[in-house]
Amino acid sequence: MPPILVAEDVRVSYGAVEALKGVSLSLEEGDIVAVLGANGAGKTTLLKAISRILPLTSGVIKFRGEDMRKYPPFRLPSLGLAHVPEGRRIFSTLTVEENLQLGNYGVRDKMTPQDAEREMRRVYELFPILEERKRQLAGTLSGGEQQMLAIGRALVSRPQVMLLDEPSLGLAPLLVQEIFKVIEQIHRERGVSILLVEQNARKSLNVASYGYILETGKVHAEGKAKELASDPHLRAAYLGGAAIKR
Amino acid sequence: MGVFLEQLVNGLTIGSFYALVALGYSMVYGVMKLINFAHGDLFALGSYVGYAVLVYGSCIITRTFGVWAGMAIAMACAFLLVGAAGLAMERIAYRPVTAAGRLPLVVSALGVSIFLENAIMAIWGPRYQAYPATVVPSVSWNIMGLRVTAMQSFILLFSLFLMAMLYYIVQKTRFGAAIRATALDREMATMLGVDVDVVIRFIFFLGPALGGIAGIMNGMYYRQISFAMGWNYGLKAFTATILGGIGNIPAAMVGGLLLGILEMLGAAYISSAWKDVFTFLVLILVLIVRPTGLVGERIAEKV
Repeated sequence: MPPILVAEDVRVSYGAVEALKGVSLSLEEGDIVAVLGANGAGKTTLLKAISRILPLTSGVIKFRGEDMRKYPPFRLPSLGLAHVPEGRRIFSTLTVEENLQLGNYGVRDKMTPQDAEREMRRVYELFPILEERKRQLAGTLSGGEQQMLAIGRALVSRPQVMLLDEPSLGLAPLLVQEIFKVIEQIHRERGVSILLVEQNARKSLNVASYGYILETGKVHAEGKAKELASDPHLRAAYLGGAAIKR
Repeated sequence: MGVFLEQLVNGLTIGSFYALVALGYSMVYGVMKLINFAHGDLFALGSYVGYAVLVYGSCIITRTFGVWAGMAIAMACAFLLVGAAGLAMERIAYRPVTAAGRLPLVVSALGVSIFLENAIMAIWGPRYQAYPATVVPSVSWNIMGLRVTAMQSFILLFSLFLMAMLYYIVQKTRFGAAIRATALDREMATMLGVDVDVVIRFIFFLGPALGGIAGIMNGMYYRQISFAMGWNYGLKAFTATILGGIGNIPAAMVGGLLLGILEMLGAAYISSAWKDVFTFLVLILVLIVRPTGLVGERIAEKV
């Protein structure tokens, strides 16, 4: 079976600065693929290019074999692609429930009210704290709860592919654990394919089956997650392995 | 006491105009982060469209079915035509320059304002025009010494009805949530499947259309209109928007009604010649003391 999401030689520029210099990657259906790299390597840019927030200067992005440029950006959720952006970007002056309901705005024509209701229920089962706080303004949630809301908002559209941008950023260690557990659970129970962008390389390679390492807008290395995790060079550069080895 | 109540009623009436116009400012600002300086002139356009329809068009209806039927038709025309003008304005004057940033947008808005004012003058002439007395109801009631006209009651009730409708759409419907989401974070709203262009078109239809309704009601109330009235009303309504808190719909309503009352009470107890001074004093004071307006932001942004 062909991969569900493919990027071929993708280039993106911010004015004169080229942020992605020909990146190719693919995500097989039902996989978790990690995209790692330092700040400014182009990870977020890559996700934004996939969800068509940023225009490509060249290259192609294919979702289920189709060139995405055919569709306006707001159509992507209805095709089955959900983006959980960096910084969560929840609507702070809307209630938690309103935020979640907006999550299926893009699929409102494809889902019966009963289906939509069921998806909401599933999210509340996954994150009971959100149900407790559904009448609260989303801006009053803690950082971890906001991240859960952002993930929940993506899940209610019943996506096939989820783009997850730095879900553990700025969270306390215990919550980081929790978020990675949630990612595994979503993957296991719903079979969602996940493209995971992370700073936390060790944990990401733990849940992913394949990984890419971006460096200044290019794929520096790629491979099976286990191999990447045990590669001595990469350990030194991205996993803080050098200090442990001594 | 009599003067106070009378001025309160007068204040609520003109406050309704301010509130309806303020809603348009607030809606457009919320989504576009643009002060639509042409908004006052759309209000004036509403007055003139209403005038034209009442005088030339619906006089037959008025004669056969009565003043209320004629008014209903004229108001529907003002609503639709001014709304359409708002859509055209967005398409012609704003969309092409949005990418260039906020300042070009503001300049473009000022240009539209000048254009509309002069277009009204070119079509209907520079002199004052008067709504004939026969096209508006002349009923008034005496409630314990307080004179309230049918027109005043109608203006207040219908404005409140429109505001309630708008509040319902924006706060209680799915599309309303999409509008609020677009106002907060346009890119994120897009990623969730909101067609932001549809939201913008909706805003640029409904905001001006409500202003148009305010314009025709203002014409029916004072019965005298001028091509240059838009600027003054625009500024007043803008003050109302700031007074309540910009970008917030209930705040615009509160700001409008409050400003109307303030202006009328000031006119009665201090001097009517100073009426405009009160308005702009309010604007300056609010900007100094509480720039977020009376209702303001509900919570701080969390990072």
